[in-house]
Amino acid sequence: MEFAELIKTPRADNVVLHRPFYLAVEGTLCLTGHHLIFSSRRQDNAEELWLLHSNIDSIEKRFVGSLGTIIIKCKDLRIIQLDIPGMEECLNIASSIEALSTLDSVTLMYPFFYRPMFEIIEDGWRSFLPDQEFELLSSVTDEWRLSCINKEFSVCPSYPPVVIVPKSIDDEALRKVAMFRHGSRFPVLSYYHKKNGMVMMRSSQPLTGTNGRRCKEDEKLINATLRPGKRGYIIDTRSLNVAQQARAKGGGFEQEAHYPQWRRIHKCIERCESLIKLVEACNDQSHNMDRWLSKLEASNWLTHIKEILTAACLAAQCIDREGASVLVHGTEGTDSTLQVTSLAQIILDPRCRTIRGFESLVVREWLQAGHPFQQRCAQSAYSNSKQKWEAPVFLLFLDCVWQILRQFPCSFEFNEQFLIMLFEHAYASQFGTFLGNNENERSKLKLLQKTMSLWSWVNRSEELCKFQNPLFEANSLVIWPSVAPQSLQLWEGVFLRWNRPSKFLDEAHEEMISIIKYNKELQAKVNALRRQLAEMETDDRMQENL
Amino acid sequence: ILHHHIAAVEKLPLTTSGCPLVIQCKNFRIVHFVVPRERDCHDIYNSLLQLSRTAKYEELYAFSYNPKQNESEQVKGWQLIDLAEEYKRMGVPNSNWQLSDANRDYKICETYPKELYVPRTASKPIIVGSSKFRSKGRFPVLSYYHKNKEAAICRCSQPLSGFSARCLEDEHMLQAISKANPSNRYMYVMDTRPKLNAMANRAAGKGYENEDNYSNIRFQFVGIENIHVMRSSLQKLLEVSGTKGLSVNDFLSGLENSGWLRHIKAVLDAAVFLVKAIAVESASVLVHCSDGWDRTSQVCSLGALLLDSYYRTIRGFMVLIEKDWISFGHKFSDRCCQLDGDPKEISPVFTQFLESVWNLTEQFPQAFEYNEAFLLQIHEHVHSCQFGNFLGNCQKEREELKLKEKTYSLWPFLLDEQKRYQNPLYNPDFSPELTLLEPNTVSFNFKFWRNMYHQFDRSMHPRQSVFNLIMNMSEQNKQLEQDIKELEAKIKQRNGQSDAFSVKEHQQPAHPAPLALKTPPCFKKEQPLIPVNDAVRTIEGSNAADNRYSEFVSEFSKAEPAVVSLEYGVARMTC
Repeated sequence: MEFAELIKTPRADNVVLHRPFYLAVEGTLCLTGHHLIFSSRRQDNAEELWLLHSNIDSIEKRFVGSLGTIIIKCKDLRIIQLDIPGMEECLNIASSIEALSTLDSVTLMYPFFYRPMFEIIEDGWRSFLPDQEFELLSSVTDEWRLSCINKEFSVCPSYPPVVIVPKSIDDEALRKVAMFRHGSRFPVLSYYHKKNGMVMMRSSQPLTGTNGRRCKEDEKLINATLRPGKRGYIIDTRSLNVAQQARAKGGGFEQEAHYPQWRRIHKCIERCESLIKLVEACNDQSHNMDRWLSKLEASNWLTHIKEILTAACLAAQCIDREGASVLVHGTEGTDSTLQVTSLAQIILDPRCRTIRGFESLVVREWLQAGHPFQQRCAQSAYSNSKQKWEAPVFLLFLDCVWQILRQFPCSFEFNEQFLIMLFEHAYASQFGTFLGNNENERSKLKLLQKTMSLWSWVNRSEELCKFQNPLFEANSLVIWPSVAPQSLQLWEGVFLRWNRPSKFLDEAHEEMISIIKYNKELQAKVNALRRQLAEMETDDRMQENL
Repeated sequence: ILHHHIAAVEKLPLTTSGCPLVIQCKNFRIVHFVVPRERDCHDIYNSLLQLSRTAKYEELYAFSYNPKQNESEQVKGWQLIDLAEEYKRMGVPNSNWQLSDANRDYKICETYPKELYVPRTASKPIIVGSSKFRSKGRFPVLSYYHKNKEAAICRCSQPLSGFSARCLEDEHMLQAISKANPSNRYMYVMDTRPKLNAMANRAAGKGYENEDNYSNIRFQFVGIENIHVMRSSLQKLLEVSGTKGLSVNDFLSGLENSGWLRHIKAVLDAAVFLVKAIAVESASVLVHCSDGWDRTSQVCSLGALLLDSYYRTIRGFMVLIEKDWISFGHKFSDRCCQLDGDPKEISPVFTQFLESVWNLTEQFPQAFEYNEAFLLQIHEHVHSCQFGNFLGNCQKEREELKLKEKTYSLWPFLLDEQKRYQNPLYNPDFSPELTLLEPNTVSFNFKFWRNMYHQFDRSMHPRQSVFNLIMNMSEQNKQLEQDIKELEAKIKQRNGQSDAFSVKEHQQPAHPAPLALKTPPCFKKEQPLIPVNDAVRTIEGSNAADNRYSEFVSEFSKAEPAVVSLEYGVARMTC
């Protein structure tokens, strides 16, 4: 298929662009296969706006006389308005955008056409390999092994080719366990806590069904992670009720009788449907306080944040405080499970609070662990056609990270911008990193060969400097966030980003950074001068000795 | 805990470990004690009840507080803020406005200050006539004069208009105010009450101005609720925020039901309306509510704060409070329940003012010289009764109490520790040609003021405060600049010496000593700024887990040291 077929009117002049808090600009609108480009060439105010079609969530058109208006709502929550003279042009452009922003085939997406304009220093596709991760692990313990059982994605379609499992469990047993778990997601290692050797594993629900099936190998596998005489915790991210109901559909949970060494805790993380309501509340510029608060409440967004953080804190507490191993699962083990395991690692492991460590966490716990990015991030808050597999699971995770970052502003190497960047790229990107639903699909799409990795771009010093937190001081401790409602805040950087003028806040932020910079300069200078003085001192003394 | 800070003491049912006693403070601290023996508990309860309810002014802490100042310092402290000077700064008296001595002996209005500024054309009979037509005699006077626009903010109480009464002198008074403004004939009259309340007042012979009787006025209601609504609103807010194991939705719906943020927004909206009238239309504005000492003070002072960058400095803010709150008779004593009085008179009107200012500092982080700690500290002392400033209900009462001789002023103490209240991001040239602030009052800009209502629940606050860090850094920067200068001077000196070294050998022994003295601070400074304090936390707020944060480094906690030391002082005094 040719993109040209879809583009009926490639260019329109005298188009006026409206954005909140900016003056309207007149310019030329161009449509390409993957971008909507608006450029104004006025001398005093030349500017260009490039918008990926895949970033467009919904589009509305309106007409007043022969003047057409298109309102474009983006997945990054921005809303822009374009006034296009001429009814026909406007209709053509609107239908082209609609078609181009809802392309069915992944291989037509921009990442397959994008050619980087920068020099690739490090191939991001090879930056975070499971082997490296295992090497780190085997330097502290030899109780685990790298299993290639899933090499052809034959055992579990949503797992990566290699996984880390207890050494004492052979591949044959793993196959049996896979039969006993939803989607074949058998328990694998998620995190090893060096401090006390406790581990966190994740899986999907066991398929006990109504008649309480059991699987000896499954019991053996998870017991293999326990120290003699120690107990472990199973954190089920569903309520007990939901878990019990799951039995009717063949799912279920671990029975105490069959897992006597494990205590099961239900920490309900409900599936979040509330992004639409939240964004609607944030976009409401009316001045009614009660309406704002009740909408914010009705969206349940912050409730979800609290639920997720609480479950993550619980997991971290079991590991660090109780000295117990933990198994986390929900139903499929691809959503709330990953939120809990990844956030627990941020709380426990200082490495995950560095830029590279966090990237590695996203690769391990989200991309390789089989979070279905393509399904979940197909649409964002404005789409009319909401599919049941769409959910802002990853955005919720990023929001939780932001909450912790706000409470520990000096313990993270990255800043808020880094999280916002990941949010944007998860929904629309020129890079192939977030395409596909799991490693299996990614390898079929040959993303490695055909597209560029986000990490190749991010991990260059030109980009990195934008994402660095100037206040970062490595903190080797466990960081316990507060989850009291008074401590949780709306993530303004995402949800109010386009809804309020940010000039004063930005300026204040710059001032803050310049104070920090100045402080560093002064410290360096003082140290240099001291050294100089000390050298002179010794010189003098030597002369004296002479 | 200062006895004056105690708002309520409550005895809970006996438990196995003893008798629980809960003390709620006016600065929103809540303390739980468990007293092993019930009898002791009962005694403590009764003593606290008596001690926290003072019957006479003379028994308040301010009259016994002795900060080791001599008399001249005490006098100087009281002279620190001079309102006559402030009016001069605004540009009055001038050809249109003059100082009136009508209220010299508090004869016309007991609750106004002696010095009042009125339009030059308002003669004494007009003033007297107008004051008779206004509730409590609070006739229209100048609160703020905008030099560039020649427009004024004036304040008064409601007219005694009933359903049809009118008063020629009062009408003349308003005309005099609008005539005093050469740039706009019209003036606005803002009734800060909801229309319904104002209409109800008419039945009692009070009410609001009839636009037909006054020439060239534009009348406007702005709908801020009365002190009783505000009191119960805060009560509801505190009930919600004090709940243990609170869910997000309960918190948000509690916040909504309390209406607290709605009231804060209403106050700020009113101020924005006032500022627009002055800045955009150059029109003078007369503000009143019922008695003109609660909502009127809020709106006038916030309006001035938005218009004039002076009030966004530390000293300017003190002046603003002296002027619009203390001198114009906001009833601090009644509103803050300094003496055992009518509980219906208590209302968090001043707290709302501080919270509105805090909201502005959040929107304009560089526009204010002072920081949050300054606002919190002022709030603390409004209730502490440690200094004389906020005692009593009006200037007349303060004179009768001889506060200036018997007590001390808070302001010099705040100025002494100015460093703690400085905003490191403050930019005095913030929007230079336009000192006006135009806040965005869309609902999502108003946030729950955690540092006020949970000031003492440290577990809820960020573990690392960016603000304190930046504050320390900018402080440290000054020190470093100093160090660099010294070091450079030393190196220079040394260079000079080493040139002369071969000639004058006897100077040598003097050098090593200063360096040795200089080294220790350098090591100290190179230490990381962040205290390592994360080890002792649990999942706060998720369950009833107790607060395990004892090792928190005091320097990094919010505004703690001063409060603590103050309380130690009290503890010593009362023992």
